[in-house]
Amino acid sequence: MRAIVKSFGPVAVLKSVDMDIVAGEVHALAGENGAGKSTLMKVLQGVHPITSGTIAVNGEAVDIRNTADAEKAGIGMVFQEFSLIPSMTVAQNIFLNREIKGAGGLIDDRAAERAAKELFDGLGVHIDPRARVEELGTAYWQLVEIAKALAKNASVLVMDEPTASLAKHEVENLFNLIQTLKSRGIAIVYISHRMDEIRRVADRITVLRDGRVVLAAPVAELSAAGIIEAIIGRRLASDLIYRDRGLTVDAPVLLAAENIASSTVLQSVSLTIRAGEIVGLAGLMGSGRTEFARVVAGMDRPTKGTLNIDGKRMRFATPLAAQNAGVALIPEDRREQGLVLEHSVSDNLTLPVLHRLKSKGLLSPRKLRELTEHLVGRFAVKVADPYSPMSQLSGGNQQKVVVAKWINTEPRILVMDEPTAGVDIGTKTEILDIVRDFASQGNAVLFISSELPELLAVADRIVVIREGRSDSELARSDVQSEEHLQLIIQGEAA
Amino acid sequence: MSSPTTVVRPSFASRVVTRLDWRSNIIYIAFVVVFILFAIFLGNDGFLSANNMLNIVRQTATISIMAVAMTFVIATAEIDLSVGSIAGLASVITAMATTQFGLVPGILAGLLAGAVIGAVNGGLVALLKIPSFLVTLGMLGLAAGLAQWITSSAPQPITDRLYVMIFGGGDFGPVPGLLVWTIVAVAVGWLVMNRTGLGRKVLATGGNPTAAAYTGINTARIKFTVLLISGVAAAVAGMLYAGRLESGRFQWGQGDELTVIAAVILGGTSLFGGRGAIIGTLFGSLFMGLINNGLILAGLDVAQQQVVRGAIIIAAVALSRKK
Repeated sequence: MRAIVKSFGPVAVLKSVDMDIVAGEVHALAGENGAGKSTLMKVLQGVHPITSGTIAVNGEAVDIRNTADAEKAGIGMVFQEFSLIPSMTVAQNIFLNREIKGAGGLIDDRAAERAAKELFDGLGVHIDPRARVEELGTAYWQLVEIAKALAKNASVLVMDEPTASLAKHEVENLFNLIQTLKSRGIAIVYISHRMDEIRRVADRITVLRDGRVVLAAPVAELSAAGIIEAIIGRRLASDLIYRDRGLTVDAPVLLAAENIASSTVLQSVSLTIRAGEIVGLAGLMGSGRTEFARVVAGMDRPTKGTLNIDGKRMRFATPLAAQNAGVALIPEDRREQGLVLEHSVSDNLTLPVLHRLKSKGLLSPRKLRELTEHLVGRFAVKVADPYSPMSQLSGGNQQKVVVAKWINTEPRILVMDEPTAGVDIGTKTEILDIVRDFASQGNAVLFISSELPELLAVADRIVVIREGRSDSELARSDVQSEEHLQLIIQGEAA
Repeated sequence: MSSPTTVVRPSFASRVVTRLDWRSNIIYIAFVVVFILFAIFLGNDGFLSANNMLNIVRQTATISIMAVAMTFVIATAEIDLSVGSIAGLASVITAMATTQFGLVPGILAGLLAGAVIGAVNGGLVALLKIPSFLVTLGMLGLAAGLAQWITSSAPQPITDRLYVMIFGGGDFGPVPGLLVWTIVAVAVGWLVMNRTGLGRKVLATGGNPTAAAYTGINTARIKFTVLLISGVAAAVAGMLYAGRLESGRFQWGQGDELTVIAAVILGGTSLFGGRGAIIGTLFGSLFMGLINNGLILAGLDVAQQQVVRGAIIIAAVALSRKK
């Protein structure tokens, strides 16, 4: 790709970007949210035609104006938001719109299933081609998407945050698969926020900042610090460091959970959080982290165990009951569960506290505006117009709105489930600061995260859960390193 | 090099699926249960006679044909509320044209009426992106009014015997023509839904429009196509009304849209799109006819029939709910 420019109206999102993607190589694409990564990929994929510049595949200039053009050029996408039809089978999805026809021009699903099986066998993956996609875990959706792209003879595969929803062993499987793809001469564009992954899997890296390439080099020549510096620019990446906020051990216990089980994977989780404390909840995907959060926030009822909030035994029937008791949950998926994306920033911020913003029984526009301005300022939400829809904000800013919205309800206990997923480093440190501040005001935070560096940066204590049970509890000072914590999570520590 | 990624369908998921399947097949269970109940309690009133059985098929043929097309519309996550009115309009247009210009122009005029209205519905939904609920709600009134207007509310008799023979009045030996129409509609519908690219694109558009578009499916064209098909199928249904009752009237088909939609939903097609069960739709339609027939035999008056029918539909849909 040469001198790619993409403008939306007068705004140039990409300002002359060059990128060379070599067959059999993994090319990492990094940059903060809003740096132009997604736009660049949408250009490749044919969603947005380029304003100027040239794209060549195998030396031949191609004109990509729609998704069909991209497909023809051999560019396949593995989307961050999965793009499969849940109600169809794996084989039907792989051959969607290119169905294998049998006698009389009718679709031959059996042939598609055989072809899909062959494809999976070639990749060393075992998925039943006849399973409906909705029956499979999300990790397998991604494999299906990769197979779908390969079935179209893609020579370039774009993976957007491919590990975002994968557990550790699934990530390993994906990396193995990437090796297989490389050995077949397929070029992979690997978009990720995670340095360790980039350093492990990528051969080359291109870093975008403000629509320009600021770094393009073989990964082996770079240190993680060097990449991070390129991504965030002059700002220092010093904030993923634990700060002792001087906790007192005799602070009152705000949340005490004992042997909590629910009708999910959750079997027996116990933990306490004192006022002012941030407790990290670590564990693999599917270990019961989210399920525990759901019980605390009143979305699922416990089948066993006791939950004490501020010393009082609670049994929440609804999320509203939990909110009234001072528990707020920032859910895992902000798009699905945390926000009304089509509504404005202001509407989203004020939604949980509308009852406080009335005058004479009606909503007061003045109070709504004041609160919105206050929150946008306090949490440094980057938005030109707080009355524009949420969907126009970057992922990081959307997440800030979710955090602001809930902190503004003045909860005593804040439960955060993967609060920084898909958020750039700059915003991540800001969110961690917000969390620290909130806790320091005498509140309790339960911080659930798969990203150990941030967990170690923010948590005063870490509870590890495995297979639905609280496995061990570590004071921050007991954790020697990220590797040490990872071993405990994996259940391999001595 | 790559260690195998072993993935089998998790047992938890398959357990869920078994339950879902039971739920999406509720129509067959309901059909059998109601049939047995009627057979026990109404056996002496002639419920089980061959003639009565064929009557149920005759009375449901028009609903079944519209419901097969509606299955495609609903599987695309759209809706067509205008089918009943299109049937009425097509019945009067085909009757008037047959009387005036003869058999073939009459048939073509009826089909054309459905195609035009279907194309208008589809065009407004696909091109102007107006929700199909609103477009077809407007068309419901528009087509019904048009039918009443052009006939000055008068019935349009059909004297062409061949027309009556073809469109529902005739029998093939012991087999009523309407049964043949039903079988053809269901067979074609099943093939298109399950074994052609169009069916796949319909399910993809309804199941995840974004993914379908990224896969290169022209989702606007699919929406247009299903509404066009629905319009033509409704016209055929109207022409069958005209043939069976030997006249075209603006009232034919009035209110059918609700029966048709109920039949499709009962049959296991998801209102949210992505799933389309043609055979289920047939049984949904037969189920509606079965209930009508049984309630009439049981001697309930029209008002009581409506109450019982409504309650049964709610119960069946509640049972087939996914969660």
